[in-house]
Amino acid sequence: MSGTFLGMPAFPRNAEKALRDSQLRFNLRNATHTIRARRAAVVEELPDWDRLRAAGKAIKDDALRNLDRYLVRAEEAVTRAGGHVHWAADAAEAGRIVVDLVRATGETEVVKVKSMATQEIGLNEVLRDAGIVAAETDLAELIVQLGDDWPSHILVPAIHRNRAEIREIFRERMADWGRPAPPDLTDDPAALAEAARRHLRERFLTAKVGISGANFLIAETGTLVVLESEGNGRMCLTLPRTLISVVGIEKVLPTWRDLEVFLQLLPRSSTGERMNPYTSTWTGAAEGQEFHLILLDNGRTNALADEIGRQALRCIRCSACLNVCPVYERVGGHAYGSVYPGPIGAILTPLLRGTATDLDASLPYASSLCGACYDVCPVAIDIPEVLVHLRAKVPHPPAERLGMAAAGWTLNRQARLRLAQRAASRLRRLVPRRRLPGPGAAWTDTRDVPAVPEESFREWWRRTEGREGGDR
Amino acid sequence: MRVGLFVTCVNDTLFPGTGKAVVTLLRRLGCAVEFPEGQTCCGQMHVNSGYRDEGVRLARGFLEVFAGYDAVVVPSGSCAAMVREQYPKLAAGMGATRPGAFAGAHRGRTRFAAAVAAVTPRVYELSEFLVDVLGRTDVGAYFPHRVTYHPTCHSLRGLRVGDRPTRLLRAVRGLELVPLPAADECCGFGGTFAVKNAAVSAAMCADKIANVEATGAEVLCAADNSCLMHLGGTLSRLRTGVRVMHLAEILAATEGDR
Repeated sequence: MSGTFLGMPAFPRNAEKALRDSQLRFNLRNATHTIRARRAAVVEELPDWDRLRAAGKAIKDDALRNLDRYLVRAEEAVTRAGGHVHWAADAAEAGRIVVDLVRATGETEVVKVKSMATQEIGLNEVLRDAGIVAAETDLAELIVQLGDDWPSHILVPAIHRNRAEIREIFRERMADWGRPAPPDLTDDPAALAEAARRHLRERFLTAKVGISGANFLIAETGTLVVLESEGNGRMCLTLPRTLISVVGIEKVLPTWRDLEVFLQLLPRSSTGERMNPYTSTWTGAAEGQEFHLILLDNGRTNALADEIGRQALRCIRCSACLNVCPVYERVGGHAYGSVYPGPIGAILTPLLRGTATDLDASLPYASSLCGACYDVCPVAIDIPEVLVHLRAKVPHPPAERLGMAAAGWTLNRQARLRLAQRAASRLRRLVPRRRLPGPGAAWTDTRDVPAVPEESFREWWRRTEGREGGDR
Repeated sequence: MRVGLFVTCVNDTLFPGTGKAVVTLLRRLGCAVEFPEGQTCCGQMHVNSGYRDEGVRLARGFLEVFAGYDAVVVPSGSCAAMVREQYPKLAAGMGATRPGAFAGAHRGRTRFAAAVAAVTPRVYELSEFLVDVLGRTDVGAYFPHRVTYHPTCHSLRGLRVGDRPTRLLRAVRGLELVPLPAADECCGFGGTFAVKNAAVSAAMCADKIANVEATGAEVLCAADNSCLMHLGGTLSRLRTGVRVMHLAEILAATEGDR
C-alpha cells in the first residue's frame, strides 16, 4: 500500500473518476451480484434468521453498553492465560507498541493475517518506516500489497481486480517480495492460487513474528477468534514464535456461548456459506509462544458516545451492505477513502475519524438512502438512520444553507407556497428544460426538467372545490 | 370516514395531475376526500439533507393540519414513509443534538411526540389505503397498455407495501403488466443525492432505464413522482418513447378517458 487515505478528495469527485473506469464497474458488478445472490440463498434457508439477527443485535448492544466491564474481564482472562495486554488510545500509540514489540524480538520481517484494524491504523507503513517488512498472507491482501494498491472491499479487498490483472501483478511483483511467479503463469484461477500458495508457504515457514486481527474477543475466557477461508490465518497464528493481535475494543462478546449466534450470522452474510471454512481460536500464550493483545480505541469511544451513531460499532465486518449497495456497486471502495468502504464505511469512518476533512464530511451523503443496506445487515444497523443523523452534524456549504432556509421559509406557510407556485406557473415558459443554472445544472446534465404546470393542484382545488380551511 | 389528502409539495407544484387522479379515484370508490389547504410539505428533503430543525418545523405543520382526519392518504411512498417511519424517530431523538437548548424544550418535545403517536398510524400510502382500508384491489380502472412497475425504495423497504401496487395494476382491465428486471434496486434519485452525487445518480438511472427498455413496456409506473421525475427526465432526454405515469393516474383511468 502506498500513501495513506488522508488527503483524498471528497466522495463525489472520487466517484466520478471511478465511474469512468468501465473495467472497474464490470468487475464490481459481477462480483457483488454473485455474492449477493449466494447470501440471499443461504439466508433464505434459515427459518429463524430474523431471530438470529435480533439476537446478534442484542448481544452486541449489551457488549457495547457494558464495554468497560467486559474489556477489563477480557484483560484479566488473557493475562491469566499467559498473554500480555496493551491499551492503545489511537493509531500512533498502537503503531509504537507494535514496533517496540517486534524490535524486542530482533526480527525485521513479520507475516500478517488479514486485519482491518491494522489497515485502519496504517501499520504496514509504520513498520516499513521502522525498517520492518510486513507481508500480507491473505490472498486478496497479497494481491493488493503486490499491486501497491488499496483494499476496495471489506471481505474481498481485491474485488476491483480481474484475473488477467492479477496475473500481471504476480508476474511483475512477486519476485520483489520472495519466491517469484512461474514464468508460464496463466490467468486460470487454480494456477493463480497455486502461485500464491508457493509464494506464501516460504514466508510462513521463515516468519518468527505474526500479526493478526480478530473477529471476536470473548470476555469470559479471554479467547480471540478469527474466521477465514484460506487457512493462511491458521498458519500465521500457530507458526511464529511471537503473535501480536491488534483488536478494536468493540470486538468484545460477553460469553463463549454468544459465538453460536455469530458463527451463523457472519459466514452466511459475508461469503454466502453455511459454515465458515477455518475458524481459529486462541487464549493467551500457547507453549513456546509469546502472545500480545493490543486493544485499540482510535475513535471508538467517540462513536460510542454518539447515541444514534453507536450502533455502527455492532458491525461484524461481513460486507453484506457493500454487496447490495447501488452506490458501492458503481464506484468501488477506493472512493470512500478509508479501509471501511460502502454503506458501513459511510457512517463508521466519520464516526471514528470525525468530519473535519472534506472527504469525511462528504461520506454521509454517499447514499441515496435506499435502505438495502439496513435490510441485509445481520446485526440490524439502521445505516440510513445514522446517515441522516450524521448529515445533521456535518457542516453545510453556505449557499446550500441559504437555499434550504429559503425553501423552509416558503414551505412553512401555505400562503407563501401558493405565491411561489403562482410565480412558477407565470414564468413557466422561461424555465429551461435542458439547461438549468447553478446546482440545477447537475440535474440537467442527463435529465430533462418536467414542465411546470399552468395551475398547481392547490389552485385547481380552489377553483373547483371552493375555499376550505383558509390561510394558516 | 373523513379522508384527508396529503398531496405532497412536489405533486402540488409540479404534478397536479396525480392529485386530481387521487381525488377522482377515491370519489369513485365512495370516499369523501378533503384537501386541507394548510398543508405544505412533510419535511423530508430538509431532514434527509441534514436540516433537522427546518424539517421538524414542517413536520409540526403536517401534524397540526391532519390532526382531525380518520385517514390521511398520500400518493407518495417516500413522503408516507417520512411521516410514518421518520417522524417517530425525530420525536425520539429530539434534543439529542442540542440538549436543553431552550426553555420549554421538554414540553415541546412531549407535545410533538404525542402528535406523532396520534396522527402517524392513520397515514397511508395510496395502495395501502385502497387495499387495506377500502379492501379493494379492483378499482374499476381501464388502461389498455403495456406497463412495467418500479416499486421505489421507500415504498418497498420503508413502508413494506409489498405486492399491493402490482395487485391493483393486475386488476386493471386491458393492462398488461410486465415484470421489471432488478425492480428492487434504487433508481438513483434519492432527493438531494441526485444533485450532490450527480454522476453516481445518473449511472444508477442509466441501469434502471436499460431494464425498463428491456421490458418493452410503453409506460413506466411508480407510486412516487420524485423517482418518476428523475427516470422520466432521463427517458425524455434519451428520446426512448417510454412515458412515466403515477400509479394513481392509471388507477383513475376509465373507458371515458379514451
